[in-house]
Amino acid sequence: MSAAIITAVFIFTLATLAGAEVINKVPPTLHTPLMSGANAVSGIALIGAILVAGGRDMSTASILGFIAIVLATINVVGGFLVTDRMLQMFKKKAV
Amino acid sequence: MNEMITSGIEVSYLVATILFFLGLKYLGSPATARKGNAIAAAGMLLAIVATLFYQQVFNYSLILAGIVVGSAIGVIGAYRVAMTSMPQMVGLLNGLGGGASTLIAVGEFWRLMDAGLLPSMDNRITTVLSILIGGITLTGSLVAFAKLQELISGSPITFAFQQALNFLLFGGFVVGSVLLVLDPSNIPLFLGLTGISLLLGVLLVIPIGGADMPVVISLLNSFSGIAASAAGFVLMNNMLIVAGALVGASGIILTQIMCKGMNRTLTSVIFGAFGSSGGGSGAGGHKSSNGEQVIRSIDPEECAMMLGYARSVVIVPGYGMAVAQAQHAVRELADQLTRLGVEVKYAIHPVAGRMPGHMNVLLAEANVPYPQLYDMDDVNPQFPETDVALVIGANDVVNPAARSDKNSPIYGMPILEVDRAKHTIVIKRGMSAGFAGVENELFFQDKTMMLFGNAKEMVNKLVSEVKQL
Repeated sequence: MSAAIITAVFIFTLATLAGAEVINKVPPTLHTPLMSGANAVSGIALIGAILVAGGRDMSTASILGFIAIVLATINVVGGFLVTDRMLQMFKKKAV
Repeated sequence: MNEMITSGIEVSYLVATILFFLGLKYLGSPATARKGNAIAAAGMLLAIVATLFYQQVFNYSLILAGIVVGSAIGVIGAYRVAMTSMPQMVGLLNGLGGGASTLIAVGEFWRLMDAGLLPSMDNRITTVLSILIGGITLTGSLVAFAKLQELISGSPITFAFQQALNFLLFGGFVVGSVLLVLDPSNIPLFLGLTGISLLLGVLLVIPIGGADMPVVISLLNSFSGIAASAAGFVLMNNMLIVAGALVGASGIILTQIMCKGMNRTLTSVIFGAFGSSGGGSGAGGHKSSNGEQVIRSIDPEECAMMLGYARSVVIVPGYGMAVAQAQHAVRELADQLTRLGVEVKYAIHPVAGRMPGHMNVLLAEANVPYPQLYDMDDVNPQFPETDVALVIGANDVVNPAARSDKNSPIYGMPILEVDRAKHTIVIKRGMSAGFAGVENELFFQDKTMMLFGNAKEMVNKLVSEVKQL
């Protein structure tokens, strides 16, 4: 294993611990929005797709990257918008 | 100059990471949730813009075209989808994220091979992992989507030697991976491994039944994060690794909460195939112990009288309410009852519906104030003082067999104890068993009355009857 991959594993581990900690004790009302918001964040794959699609020459890789961009963008845009739509309804109403 | 751009990108990634973290944190509290979502979205925008400055990025027109197409589909989808279809929507989006991660790993592998570069040992290993996780997420989510959308049967699909086949495929994947790591130029083997991971996703999700869907959706959500992280290892991109890991970990926590709500372990959900094996014995054992069973059915008029003259009513919504889109009618009924001085509460089981918090979303859409929603632990002690428990399209989560019948497949699952209320009214389309395939003895108890019909129609009838009281 190279030093680079050990650093990457290091970062991954810390981020996992932080992720587990950050959503402790969430009320059930927010389970769906939290899940769909987190889902939108997983659309971060979009930046990887950009790096694969952005090569100088058109190739198989850029076509695969292009499809990945489309899929990941749907994930990001759809995910954040739908979460916002849900949360809009959760406003505290006068009883 | 180049160095400045590279540092600029890294700093932007750091800021984006902090925004993601804060966003998820704010999403955990009702008062700040909407702000949290916006913060996370801002982090995403920053990360995307920063990535465009990378030096190996040239083909801007292709990238822009992809983003425009994806955004258009995303916007239309997000605004068109009905709140009742939210589980499918989340499931589908999970799959797209997983698909993108797989394509990244495959695309990067192809790029290196095309350029005549031999991928490093680390790169080969992470590519294989990325394809496995991404592939399972993609096809697993698509199957979950098809089940929820009722394109295929929602009940568990099982066949002989299913587990054996899974293990065989997984074993084949491991062997193939080792060979590929030793010789990355073997393209057919590479495609074969991709095929196996796609097939595994299908095979792992088809045996999982309707009642376990909240667990599956939340697990696949976690997978989509881990898949993004794995793609980050392939590209050695810290932003992908961190954001993916955040989602992966928070998804696992949510999955654990769901499993706890059903008193089942994650392994029993994935490998258990609920309904099919246990259902038969549960139903069979039930008939022999009770012999002749009497059902008391009730008409809307009588039901409206009971509700209108009660002091306290607890409404227990389930998947049937979602299917019939009855949430608005239910709110109207609650309003009418409140007008008559009845105290109305909603009891929400952690796994009611088909995704975590499904009922909460629907009731919020119908403008039910969330302080009226009670969790299982808070509401259960109140049932003995409740005059009428009104069960709307819920079944397994109110089945007393979970408490008493050791042979029942749902034994041990925490339930809403509606049978302890003074009266129980169940609105249900017919006498079919729940998604777990288990008979519900609640329906045969003396205190229980059945109101047969579509949830929305029946609740609407109740509303007009209560109005006349």
